[in-house]
Amino acid sequence: MARNLLRPARFDDLGLRRALGDRMLLLLVAAMAFLAALALAGVVGVRALAAHWQEGAGSALTVQVPRPADQEGGQTRIARVLAVLHDIPGVASARKLSQTELAELLRPWLSDGAELMAIRLPAVIAVRLAAGAPNPEQLGARLAAAVPGTLTESHGMWVQRLSLLAGSLQACAWLALAVVAAVAAAVVAIATRAGLAARREAIEIVHGLGATDGYIADRFASRATGLAAIGGGLGALAALPVLLVLARLAAPFAAARPEAAADASGLAMLAALPPPLWLTLPVLPLAAAAIGFLTAQVTVRRWLRRLP
Amino acid sequence: MECVGLHYRPAGGNRAGHEVLRDLSFDIPEGGFRWLLGPSGAGKTSLLRLLHLAIRPTSGRLTVMDTEVGDAGRRALPALRRRIGMVFQDFRLLPHLSAYDNVALPLRIAGRPEGQIRADVTETMRWVALDKKAKSRPAELSGGEQQRVAIARAVVGRPVLLLADEPTGNLDDIQAERLMVMLTELNRLGTTVIVATHNDALVTRHPGPALRLNNGRLLASG
Ligand SMILES: Nc1ncnc2c1ncn2[C@@H]1O[C@H](COP(=O)(O)OP(=O)(O)O)[C@@H](O)[C@H]1O
Ligand SMILES: [Mg+2]
Repeated sequence: MARNLLRPARFDDLGLRRALGDRMLLLLVAAMAFLAALALAGVVGVRALAAHWQEGAGSALTVQVPRPADQEGGQTRIARVLAVLHDIPGVASARKLSQTELAELLRPWLSDGAELMAIRLPAVIAVRLAAGAPNPEQLGARLAAAVPGTLTESHGMWVQRLSLLAGSLQACAWLALAVVAAVAAAVVAIATRAGLAARREAIEIVHGLGATDGYIADRFASRATGLAAIGGGLGALAALPVLLVLARLAAPFAAARPEAAADASGLAMLAALPPPLWLTLPVLPLAAAAIGFLTAQVTVRRWLRRLP
Repeated sequence: MECVGLHYRPAGGNRAGHEVLRDLSFDIPEGGFRWLLGPSGAGKTSLLRLLHLAIRPTSGRLTVMDTEVGDAGRRALPALRRRIGMVFQDFRLLPHLSAYDNVALPLRIAGRPEGQIRADVTETMRWVALDKKAKSRPAELSGGEQQRVAIARAVVGRPVLLLADEPTGNLDDIQAERLMVMLTELNRLGTTVIVATHNDALVTRHPGPALRLNNGRLLASG
């Protein structure tokens, strides 16, 4: 190791500085890294949104109470349901939606006339569950037993569908990432093979002087690794503004940091990027370098088998 | 080197299947000297390429420096090649490297420390009277100077076996004499030397055992 350090840093016996089409390789790898960054953002973003929905909707229930004002056992039906709910451990909150909120909910179906049409609307209670709550079926059964006609609807179904959607989106993003990696490897392989063809004579001479396959492969691999790392870094940098804009657009939905969404200053914009992305973006140049190194090693060693 | 029983039938990298070398059998003792003589096209270069392990024989058994080449795997050959110095007929210098870096190449491939490389390369280049041209690229050198760079590259690693293919082809008589003195000296120090040439005057002035090739066959040995 130490004696290799003594070798002049710019000693380029195979003349690879000219042979390995650097600019093209650099640009292509940068483009791959850019795409990879977008796909990664897809993975991270969808996961964050899905988690947010799950924790929001998974613990929410709506309870419909038909004919809420009717008396039953000395109380209005709605009061009875609320009382039962309050007695159940694990119910974090139970709030009757006001007439206006209800009208707001129903507007897409009934337009503004919901109140005027004098339909006897059921009362709707929004329930939030905390840990230790009975599952939605048990809870619904207890409410229906206390006040017949009560309907309890869990949002779990929607959460399930959303999870399925989120899962598929994530799978697509991972697939895109894999394809991008494969294309990057192919690009490096093609560039390496072009370099091998261009430097064939130099390689044969060096081989004749007793260079091992490893010596020659290392020359190519170190060059491919450097170029791929720089390309990966450039691609990740180019993707950063796009990701920041996306993060800003997604901020109201995730609402994890409303203050960041409201503040347009550069620092706050940077802070809006989800932490997992901050961890994965620097990995892009490293991953590109790894792909460059492995692909060049394999390509060169396979090519060298034609020499005795 | 101990080139025991190099007998092989149709050999040489000939795609058409035409036999370039046929049924050669000879043996050169370690530290020996041989002229390799024969008209152009006789197969001298092919034979040297075989000994340099640049091609493998298509038949027969070839033993170079105690290693049976037919049995040896690819991985065993680089270390063997590093102990062989070869002066190619067409020099085969790397055009983008200076004369100094061309001569230093075998030592760098062998992973020698840079300090030792500097000393050895400088001394060898002085030996072939090229120390003034160390920074020149091959294209900036005359044919004779390029040939001397090729010679320096072949001997700088103190090879056990030195193969030279028409090493005086581009040299004037004085330089050719100097080269012969160099080769004789190396041989005296224990290097096995094989020199292919069709320069009869040179052979007459430096008589020695010879392998005579004609049309791929060995006419005489010893
Ligand atoms: N790479 C090769 N492929 C096919 N034929 C070759 C090759 N190299 C040499 N030959 C043939 O082998 C014969 C001997 O060539 P060579 O060994 O170069 O002879 P010399 O060096 O004695 O002049 C020639 O007929 C030549 O055409
Ligand atoms: Mg020849």
